[in-house]
Amino acid sequence: MNILETKGLTKVYGGVVANADVDFTLRRGQITALIGPNGAGKSTFVGMVSGRIPATRGQVFFEGRDISALPAHKRIQLGMAYTFQITSVFRGLSVYENVALAAGRTLSADPEALDRRITAVLERVGIKDRSRQIAGDLSYGHQRILEIAMGLAQDPELFILDEPTQGLAESEVADFINLIRTLAGETTILLIEHNMKVVMEAADYITVLDQGMLLAEGTPAEIHANAAVQAAYLGTAVDA
Amino acid sequence: MDFGPHLMLATLEGAVIAAILVLTAMGLSIVFGVMRVVNVAHGEFYMLGAVLAWFVTSFLGGHPAIGFVAAILIAPLLVGLIAAAADQLVLKHIDYDPDRTIVGTIGILFIIQQTTLMTFGPEARPVAAPFNQRLALPWFEFTDNGFEMFWPWGLSITSYKLFVIAAALTVLVALWLFLTRTRIGLIMRATQQDSETAQAFGVPVGLVYSCVFGLGAALAALGAVLVVPIQQAHYLMGADPLLLSFIVVIIGGLGSLPGTVIAAILIGMSDGIISVFFSPTLAKIIATFLVAMVLVFRPQGLLGRTST
Amino acid sequence: MTRFSKADALHLGILAMLVIAFFVLPTYHVGAVSRIMVLAVYAIGLNLLFGYTGLLSLGHAMFFAAGMYGFGLAIKFMAAPVLLAFVLALIAAAALSLVVGLLALRTAGVAFMIVTLMFAQTAYLVVLYFGEFTRGDEGFVLQQAERLLLGFDVTSETGRYFVAFSVFAICFLGFARLVQTPFGKRLIAIRENEERARMLGYDVGRYKLLALIVSGTISGCAGALYALLFGYVGATFASVQYSILPLLWVLLGGAGTTIGPLIGVMFMFYLIDASSAYTNSYMLIAGLVLVLLTMFAPKGIAGILRLRVMPWLP
Repeated sequence: MNILETKGLTKVYGGVVANADVDFTLRRGQITALIGPNGAGKSTFVGMVSGRIPATRGQVFFEGRDISALPAHKRIQLGMAYTFQITSVFRGLSVYENVALAAGRTLSADPEALDRRITAVLERVGIKDRSRQIAGDLSYGHQRILEIAMGLAQDPELFILDEPTQGLAESEVADFINLIRTLAGETTILLIEHNMKVVMEAADYITVLDQGMLLAEGTPAEIHANAAVQAAYLGTAVDA
Repeated sequence: MDFGPHLMLATLEGAVIAAILVLTAMGLSIVFGVMRVVNVAHGEFYMLGAVLAWFVTSFLGGHPAIGFVAAILIAPLLVGLIAAAADQLVLKHIDYDPDRTIVGTIGILFIIQQTTLMTFGPEARPVAAPFNQRLALPWFEFTDNGFEMFWPWGLSITSYKLFVIAAALTVLVALWLFLTRTRIGLIMRATQQDSETAQAFGVPVGLVYSCVFGLGAALAALGAVLVVPIQQAHYLMGADPLLLSFIVVIIGGLGSLPGTVIAAILIGMSDGIISVFFSPTLAKIIATFLVAMVLVFRPQGLLGRTST
Repeated sequence: MTRFSKADALHLGILAMLVIAFFVLPTYHVGAVSRIMVLAVYAIGLNLLFGYTGLLSLGHAMFFAAGMYGFGLAIKFMAAPVLLAFVLALIAAAALSLVVGLLALRTAGVAFMIVTLMFAQTAYLVVLYFGEFTRGDEGFVLQQAERLLLGFDVTSETGRYFVAFSVFAICFLGFARLVQTPFGKRLIAIRENEERARMLGYDVGRYKLLALIVSGTISGCAGALYALLFGYVGATFASVQYSILPLLWVLLGGAGTTIGPLIGVMFMFYLIDASSAYTNSYMLIAGLVLVLLTMFAPKGIAGILRLRVMPWLP
């Protein structure tokens, strides 16, 4: 069974179609990259999947269950985690407290287990030494890592990352790829990404959106060779 | 008096209230529209206008018309300058943060109100109208003798009240010309559209904000100068216009000027009519509650467009 | 962890000082501190919503008044015993908070401020409209005989001080505890970043509603306590001014700190007290302080302390 499925998912913003009848399936346990040129509707799509953006029409199935009517927080409670395109942490709180809030939804009744989870996650992403620092004082790269830590702390079934490497330095991007590879098999990852290096190295499978529609799907190698995808990215028309 | 003439009288009184309200609410609406802040001290600028009008007329003495003309020129100007100074001193300093502006203008509200109490005193003071002829109004009715015109006792209005309505209309047209036909008006509207872009194109946004804040307060003061010959000046008189202006701006759609005009006429008229027939407290309870509900369920205003 | 014990020591120390104050202060100041403690309970109520959840209500006077009138009217018209009247007052405040919350929380930001302001104004006008029962602006007095708390006279200076102290202590310590619980932490999370909190799976709307109900009920508790200890119920306490004052106290003392409300009320009280030699218009002072705070010290006294000397301050 696929972990996530959408049927005819559509979003219209005041007459402008951002997503048109997207039928999408996400394979369990793999890293799938969602790519496409700017304005292809990638963020709108994951917004509708996570419930942040109400869909104009269409359905979303998570673990086989129709979640189209559920508000965002309920979907998260079912086992989705979501990181924002624009860094979104609790800037006034410490790194530790940020992760505690993420893990605390399920673990707040057991302070010891909570502490263990937080420590483990911070260790894994490599910012354990900064746990007392105020999140707003962290460097941009560390804030992005903190976001990922907050996602991991929820122990999600499905982890949606909206352009996680945007604005990161080369070396940080390399660390990110390593981190994300270690998650393969442990959880399912849906990755929106612009950086083709990340996509090609990290993803098991790629889905391409263009102008709000599903353009192509396949392994990195297949997508690489796909003429339609090339055209979408280069902006030339595909020969009929 | 019969119901018909009674209603006509209420409508006329309502039109006077609407005329004043349209000016006061426009002031609040322009400030919100351009600067995106809510000025809770708006009612106090209105009150200051009324008190200054009393001060100017009693200082000049002589024929009421002299004092009135002087007041209508001086009071709005002074109030506008005070408001612009408050903008430069306080609002600019807190960078027009919406929440902090509300708290700051609440502080300004009390400062103006209490300073007025300490200098002007707690008495209500009248200002003489420049002219005040009583004009009896006719009423038409079908009687046994056919269509008849007669003059019901008590159905009348003063020439001054008609003047208020005309003056408000004139100011409104002038304001519209100012905003659409002058360079400064254009700059204000550009700033309203996008203050950052305006800044990038060399618009002195800080100065524009002070002008807008001053203009908004001056409009309230102008409304107050017009109202003092009908209603006496008092240091607590700012509360009702503030509430009514809020109501108008919310119903009209936050920051929409045409919406503000339509809503002011609607609210002013119905306030006039309701308070003639019902207890004013009950009318206020209903009005306040309904407007809060409008804000809860239709935040874009009754007349505003729905955003998708 | 030392962080917690430091904070606990501070809270208990403050309470100990309030007990000592009763024995060392002259009568006038004992009376003043009784009043300060009652008003500080009110400020704690607003602080939970404004300081911790980030929702600025400009209409908290309606909850204070709900408690005050719930208590006063129960005594006046039902001849209810004090404890029962107190419980009724809390129920009235909680019920009003629930209704206001369900409606007002559909809005956010500036609209929330204006909606709460207008609901409070409606409540104030309702009090005036039913002047037959509430005696409107004039208000009514509760007789000494009607204010016996389990046979205990609360109208004496001592009785009043220790009843005020007990309720304050419960609210103060309870509040300090509350903001350390997961519930409190989640309110802070909503204040810091509502969208992030929602996308961590928290039902933000429900938490805000709960915060508003607890906040409104604490404020109502302060209103009932005021009526009990000072024997007066009047419409002034429902007016806009009494929505603005707690905001001023919380801002002055430090929004989002446990000790801020008490510090704010105490500072403001003695500031007005000291200025009364020069002017009797205390709202002028309030206005000036409000503007200056907004401009120069939006974090308030405790906020500055936390920033400069005591980073562990809860």
